[in-house]
Amino acid sequence: MTYIAKPRVFHPSLDKNELGLTRRDYEGVMSTLCAGCGHDSVTAALIEAAWELAIPTHRAAKMSGIGCSSKTTAYFMSESHGFNSVHGRMPSVASGANAANRDLVYIGVSGDGDSLSIGLGQLCHAVRRNLNLLYIIENNGVYGLTKGQFSASADMGSKSKRGVPNEQPPIDPALLGLSIGATFVARGFSGDKNQLVPIIKAGIRHPGLALVDVISPCVTFNDHVGSTKSYAYTREHFREAVEAAFVAPKDFVPPADEITADIRSADVRDVPMHDGSVIRFRQVEGDYDATDRDAVYGYLRERQNAGEVPTGLLYVDPESRDLHDVLGTVDRPLWNLPFEELCPGADALDALMENYR
Amino acid sequence: MGGMKTDRVNDFALKIGTVNGTGSASANGLIMQSIFRMGVPVSGKNVFPSNIQGLPTWYEIRVNGSGHVARTPDFDLIVAMNPETYARDIEELVPGGWLLYDSSWPMADTLRREEVIFLGVPLAEMCVKAFDGGRTRILMKNIAYTGALAALLDIDMAVIRGLLEETFGEQKRHLLEANFEAIRLGYDYAAENFECPLPIRLEGMDATRESILIDGNTAAALGCVYAGATVAAWYPITPSTSLVDAFTAYCRRLRVEEETGRSRAAILQAEDELAAAGITIGAGWAGARAFTATSGAGISLMTEFIGLAYYAEVPCVFFDVERVGPSTGMPTRTQQGDILLCAYASHGDTKHVCLYPKDPAECFEFSVQAFDLAERFQTPVFVLSDLDIGMNDWVVPRFRWDDEYRPDRGKVLDAEALAEIETFYRYLDVDRDGIPYRTIPGEDPKGAYFTRGSGHTKYGKYTEDPDEYQEVVDRIAEKIDRAAEAVPRPEIRTRPDARYGLVTLGGCDGAVREAIERMEAEDGIRLDYMRIRGFPFAPEVGGFIEAHDLNIVIEQNRDAQLKSLLTLETPASKERLTSVLRYGGLPLSARHVIAGVKDRLGLAAETAEGVSA
Ligand SMILES: Cc1ncc(C[n+]2csc(CCOP(=O)(O)OP(=O)(O)O)c2C)c(N)n1
Ligand code: SF4
Ligand SMILES: [Mg+2]
Repeated sequence: MTYIAKPRVFHPSLDKNELGLTRRDYEGVMSTLCAGCGHDSVTAALIEAAWELAIPTHRAAKMSGIGCSSKTTAYFMSESHGFNSVHGRMPSVASGANAANRDLVYIGVSGDGDSLSIGLGQLCHAVRRNLNLLYIIENNGVYGLTKGQFSASADMGSKSKRGVPNEQPPIDPALLGLSIGATFVARGFSGDKNQLVPIIKAGIRHPGLALVDVISPCVTFNDHVGSTKSYAYTREHFREAVEAAFVAPKDFVPPADEITADIRSADVRDVPMHDGSVIRFRQVEGDYDATDRDAVYGYLRERQNAGEVPTGLLYVDPESRDLHDVLGTVDRPLWNLPFEELCPGADALDALMENYR
Repeated sequence: MGGMKTDRVNDFALKIGTVNGTGSASANGLIMQSIFRMGVPVSGKNVFPSNIQGLPTWYEIRVNGSGHVARTPDFDLIVAMNPETYARDIEELVPGGWLLYDSSWPMADTLRREEVIFLGVPLAEMCVKAFDGGRTRILMKNIAYTGALAALLDIDMAVIRGLLEETFGEQKRHLLEANFEAIRLGYDYAAENFECPLPIRLEGMDATRESILIDGNTAAALGCVYAGATVAAWYPITPSTSLVDAFTAYCRRLRVEEETGRSRAAILQAEDELAAAGITIGAGWAGARAFTATSGAGISLMTEFIGLAYYAEVPCVFFDVERVGPSTGMPTRTQQGDILLCAYASHGDTKHVCLYPKDPAECFEFSVQAFDLAERFQTPVFVLSDLDIGMNDWVVPRFRWDDEYRPDRGKVLDAEALAEIETFYRYLDVDRDGIPYRTIPGEDPKGAYFTRGSGHTKYGKYTEDPDEYQEVVDRIAEKIDRAAEAVPRPEIRTRPDARYGLVTLGGCDGAVREAIERMEAEDGIRLDYMRIRGFPFAPEVGGFIEAHDLNIVIEQNRDAQLKSLLTLETPASKERLTSVLRYGGLPLSARHVIAGVKDRLGLAAETAEGVSA
């Protein structure tokens, strides 16, 4: 029996959300990742965000590829269907599921190996397809599950555990996403839950693909001195570009909602989204505009060249049109349309046959 | 006029050699459709290059009143519109055959062949006089040969006119008249200068009244519409592209929500076949009837995903319209080279349900069945057609639909059903038939489970335990074995006292059946026939093989893939099986079957040439 039942432990918060569910109801099976692995903090942030958004647990679908990171989907929301697919191919499986049932909340979790090497093509095309999916990359600069080889996100000069420097330039998912039309780009750090939870919430509610790069250190293979994906390095070079909070549509948020409290300053700008929700930005950088793709791109290049790791909800396109908008499919999920609506019937076939005479 | 002395009414083959991209396709289609409308059994085969414009292309038409319209390599008449291929075209004529060519330019004497009758028609010259504009003249020249053929073969001009009217309608009256004028030019010239009709000629029949003229890809697409498929994912590849094109066109017509103009289907052009497979599997997992269409190269790319769908038990349908492999092979030529690939696609122990349609009618029928089987057995199902079936127009019986049909969605537990049970376990063999219950994401919290391609127990939990692992894969094997009873049964035709059996599949059917009839009529050889229509093999398959001293397996690949599959998957002994193989990329013809079969039976083949041709 390799399946480990999670012990019922006291949880700091047994608060109930508007569905009457506690955070515990959003948990999954016990993590089998290394103690201290960044990915488990992402799991915690996902649980918090889903609880705060009061997502009915069975209305979410958790999609992943293969890797330590991709195992995350087992560790939250056990009352949701999960699909741990094949290495690098979560985006296509999620696309198909989303095409079949547009009504579920799709939460995709991947790794930097999964998404930037073997699955780079799938990532790019999912971004272009803009399916309604939260796409988290738990980015640790290595392939954890295959024991620490450099991944495509490893920075130039970052050292492996044996001291060997990486000499190939990195693929940065945030820059990549911006350059191919991503409608939501964010970067977080598994060590900063306060920042990550609102990003995840906004990403879940974003009507399109929300690409969230989370620096998520691998304590076993990439947390040493000389690594640019370690906890220490990330803490030191972390720079918050913009602070963002997700404000749910008025109709489903009680007036005195605590969500606004996520914003720590009054210097705010509200960006209204399609569905009536709002993303509230607090300017950290004077003229930072999270809706200006080119400016965000330039800012990221500049700060990265200066050795920093810019974070936050970096870019959002309020006009995002998702897969179904573009395909022009019906409002209802395709998978259970009544058969009578799908099959034209015998008379129609008879008539059609005349075209082939 | 010399040539064949005896009349060969409704029994001949002709071939039209042109340059691709010059509009000859519509002229060829017109001839084919006219013959069909005259009620005469006919087939048309496009032999085209993997190129867009400027290379030689041929269209082969076979007319046969008794319905034998498999390809024949013996051409009685060739329309040679491409000087580049004159030599080859002349070579391919049977002795006494006719070569119709454009005599606007002289034909080199060196090309002349004694036993061939040359019919020169100054097509270009006539069209230059009658029409303006370079492009128009080229197009009209190709239409004009249709007229010459009409006179030579006695194609009903009223039928031709009727078809043109249907094509162009009132709006494009000027085009209709121009086309008809070109046809008239060709017709009149032939009628005045040659002894028309030739001994090979047509006579109206009533054999196609209940038939249609359709290609297999269109038919399969229509099957997908009727089966209720709502998600299609694909990456363009000849010869499967037109399947999704047809599905798209049908959906525009038949799947639009009236009030909103929105579509009841999602068609996704993926970035590659891996993604197409992933989308199909994701959609199947989420509850939709989903399919992808591809050819061999695409299946190669999809194999990792196919193993996932097999092991995680996700229903999905794969159309493999086979073309010549390996590698890029000959993309515009036909083959049955993916039989083994599809039967066992992916690493580890896998085996898949495969269906082998023989023609577009079965493409329609089997595509509906494929979705039922995929959902009933919760597994990928492959429909293997090929370029010949998929892209050529075939005369087949009209499709019919039973309004009583309801999709077999298999064992799906909805919220109501879940409420009845204690706990739901995804991979538990509750009914002891190898098929577990599944749930659709989003329906009920009780139905939630974790789908994985990694080792899992019957309860759906991760495992690395040998027994727990084996228990699940053994059940899946049993499940797939059971599909043998559910796939289409083989078609078996027996003759009294036949000792030998011919075994084949798919598009070989016509050529093999013609060969059987001819060998019986001409040589007194009696042969039994079995056409396999599905895999895993139905019990009758092994029985048929056991019942014959020798079974000759006829298929279109080099490595005798069907024969290998039969030795692996039936109890039949290897000694009872031998092969006749053709795999050069052209559809099978009876001549080659006869030569091969006689050879295997130790009888003299027709001629040495006959075997090697
Ligand atoms: C087709 C295929 N190739 C290779 C592997 C082996 N493999 C499993 S996980 C992995 C890398 C995972 O790296 P990443 O996505 O960064 O996840 P991490 O473990 O670092 O969280 C590899 C190469 C595989 N599972 N499938
Ligand atoms: S190897 Fe690294 S990525 Fe994998 S679980 Fe351990 S710490 Fe996390
Ligand atoms: Mg990694």
